[in-house]
Amino acid sequence: MLLSDSDLQAIWLTVRLASIVTFILLLIGTPIAWWLARAKTWLKGPIGAVVALPLVLPPSVLGFYLLLAMGPHGPVGQLTQALGLGRLPFTFWGLVVASVFYSLPFMVQPLQTAFEGIGERPLEVAATLRASPLDAFFTVAVPLALPGFLTASILTFAHTVGEFGVVLMIGGNLPGVTRVASVQIYDHVEALEYAQAHRLSAVMLVFSFLVLLALYAWRPGAKKGA
Amino acid sequence: MLRLLLLAISLFVSFSAHAEKITVAAAADLKFAMDEIAASFRSASPGDEIEVIYGSSGKFHTQIQQGAPYDLFFSADIGFAHELVKRGLAASSVKPYAVGRIVLWSTTRDATKMTLESLTDPKIARIAIANPKHAPYGKRAEEALRASGLWEKVESRLVYGENIAHTAQFVQTGNAEVGIIALSLAVNPELAAKGGYWLIPDNLHEPLEQGFIITKRAESNALARRFAGFMETKAARAVMTKYGFILPGESIRK
Repeated sequence: MLLSDSDLQAIWLTVRLASIVTFILLLIGTPIAWWLARAKTWLKGPIGAVVALPLVLPPSVLGFYLLLAMGPHGPVGQLTQALGLGRLPFTFWGLVVASVFYSLPFMVQPLQTAFEGIGERPLEVAATLRASPLDAFFTVAVPLALPGFLTASILTFAHTVGEFGVVLMIGGNLPGVTRVASVQIYDHVEALEYAQAHRLSAVMLVFSFLVLLALYAWRPGAKKGA
Repeated sequence: MLRLLLLAISLFVSFSAHAEKITVAAAADLKFAMDEIAASFRSASPGDEIEVIYGSSGKFHTQIQQGAPYDLFFSADIGFAHELVKRGLAASSVKPYAVGRIVLWSTTRDATKMTLESLTDPKIARIAIANPKHAPYGKRAEEALRASGLWEKVESRLVYGENIAHTAQFVQTGNAEVGIIALSLAVNPELAAKGGYWLIPDNLHEPLEQGFIITKRAESNALARRFAGFMETKAARAVMTKYGFILPGESIRK
């Protein structure tokens, strides 16, 4: 076997983290994107900016604030402790929460573009056919925005896989819990284990390329569909 | 206007040609001590520029092999420095500058009354140590825990910092109840105000011998040599002692 057990464990953990984050962001990101695509209030600007923040913020800023916020004296930490959930840093779910913030724009922005692309017309037609707004959303908007959903999900998944700084800052490097592939590679390099670092890095490189290839190769068809 | 601009450019060029500059790569445990040493060196020789960057010794060791622009390298593990000399990447022999010590440190409980055995207390959910895989202080922490037969009992509660400063940060933010960190960090006023420490007996682990080198690229850099010399002055040694380092050739007073 080319990869060691701990490498495979790190890859599996990474896949699990990225899948869960993508699923959660589909649930959270969709309404936000829908609102951003339709809203006509001044609030649209500030909220859109907040959603886009992780695109600009260094992961160290996000990691630092999350470490403080999720710590025993921070607001999130006090909330999770009050709810009997314990503390989030150094846990898998801590990484999930952090990644949801970190990958939010990668879900919301493609979805928002897709929703905006639909325009008012199909929904107005649906309304004249007496479809409730919720009905119209699921039977008209979602099918029309399907390519957007796919793009957003792939980008979110891939971006979560590529996460490093935030994980390093709040993860505590626990095997099977918070030691994702990017951190495992960093550890290999730090310990001068270049051969292992090469193998895992090659896996990541091939994976990232295939994901992007799938995304771009599939794109032209999406345009016809939309 | 143009004349002014030319003047500014010539001034800039002449300054950059004359003033000397060195970049020092220092192990994270030196954070506070080296800041102070660099400051006193600067005030003793104004005009010279010293930039200190802190990080893990292993990383600097790798970076120097890849041609990183560091003129001096202070390694928390003297082994890294020896290896660079062996590879012909040093312009000096390895100069031992300190021996480090590890301590238990906490901001949530009184660490001065603790011992390593206290770590088995089930109320301690998280214990932070530096990553033993590559951080010298982490290696020593693991040795001390193994030597006292506690490793198996506490391993499931350990969290690993990237370097010793990162480890202290886990404790400082309260995310870990206790940490095994460098004495040099625990005695810093900023951290000392947050909590006391307990010195881990040094017969439980291999010595944390630290050494520095002048790198190959700084071979003809006079400032690098002067800074290396400055480390041996009384002033610099006093700072090192103040921050809990034991100096080469001195006995342990604790």
